[in-house]
Amino acid sequence: MSDIADKVKKIVVEHLGVDESKVTPDASFIDDLGADSLDTVELVMAFEEAFSVEIPEDAAEKIATVKDAIDYIEKQKAA
Amino acid sequence: MFSLSGKIALVTGASGGIGAAIARQLHAQGATVVLSGTREAALQELADSLGERAYIAVANLSDPAEADGLVAKAEAVAGAPLDILVNNAGLTRDTLAIRMKDSDWSQVLTVDLESPFRLARAALKGMLRRRAGRIISIASVVGTTGNAGQANYAAAKAGIVGMSKSLAQEAGPRGVTVNVVAPGFIETPMTDVLPEAVREKLVGSIPLGRMGNTGDVASAVVYLASEEAAWVTGTTLHVNGGMAMV
Repeated sequence: MSDIADKVKKIVVEHLGVDESKVTPDASFIDDLGADSLDTVELVMAFEEAFSVEIPEDAAEKIATVKDAIDYIEKQKAA
Repeated sequence: MFSLSGKIALVTGASGGIGAAIARQLHAQGATVVLSGTREAALQELADSLGERAYIAVANLSDPAEADGLVAKAEAVAGAPLDILVNNAGLTRDTLAIRMKDSDWSQVLTVDLESPFRLARAALKGMLRRRAGRIISIASVVGTTGNAGQANYAAAKAGIVGMSKSLAQEAGPRGVTVNVVAPGFIETPMTDVLPEAVREKLVGSIPLGRMGNTGDVASAVVYLASEEAAWVTGTTLHVNGGMAMV
C-alpha cells in the first residue's frame, strides 16, 4: 500500500471510529462504514488538510469509497 | 438550573453594553469567558472586574482574516475548545436608503452578517467533531419588522435568522444548537441620547411599559446556552417587552 493509502485509511478510522479491518478499498463510507452526509464532508475536509489538496464540491460528491479517495488524492499529488 | 460550569464561551462585541452584560451573566453561571472587541482597554477592564475565568481576544471583525482567526485565538487564550459562541458584535450606519452609500451597506453587512458566518463556520468545525456546542447570534426586532433608515441593518439581522436556521439544520444531527436572540429597544449609551418625547413614544408602544435592559437580553442568551435548552434550535427568541409579537 502507498503512503497515501495508509494515511487515508488512518483518517477514516479516526473520523468514523470504525475498525481498521473494515476500511477496505471497496468500502463505501455511507453504506459500509456508517457515515452520514456530515461525516463525508468532514472526511473530505480532513483529507484536504492532511494532503494539502483542494477537493472541489463536484469531485467530493464522487468520492464514495475508500478507493475513490485514494485515487483522487494520488492523481492530485501526481499532477 | 442553567449552570455553565466548565464551559468556554466567546462573546464578540463584549466591550459594548449588551455584550458586556452577556459576558457577565455567562460568567456568573460558571462559564469561562473570552471577551472580544476592538477596544483592548475596555475589554481588559471588564476581564479584570470578572476576575478568574475571563480572557480577552482583540479582533476587528470588519477584517475577514481576523474574523476567520478569532475562534482559534479564543481557544488559544482559554486553553480549551469552544463550547459557546455568542455573535453579538454589530454596528449601524443608519440613513434613508436613497442617501445610503455603498460603504454604509457593505460595512454593516460585513460586520453584522458576514463575520457571524465566519465565526460560526470556524466554531462548527470543532463543535461537530465534539458533538456538542451552542451558537447564539444577537439579531434585532428590526430584522423582522423593518425600520425606516435601517435597510442595511435590518437586512443583516434578517440574514442572521435565515443563516441560523440553515446552520441549525446542518448541525442538529451532531447535537449542536444554533439560535437567535432578537432584542427590541434596550437602554444603552446609544439610546440614552434620545429626546424625552421620543423615549416616551417608544415606551408607549411597549406593552410591558419600559425599555429593556441589557440583562434582559443576557438572560435569554444564558438560557439558550444552557443544557436546559438542548431541544431548542433554529429559533428566534424575541426579547422586546411585547412591542412586536412575532
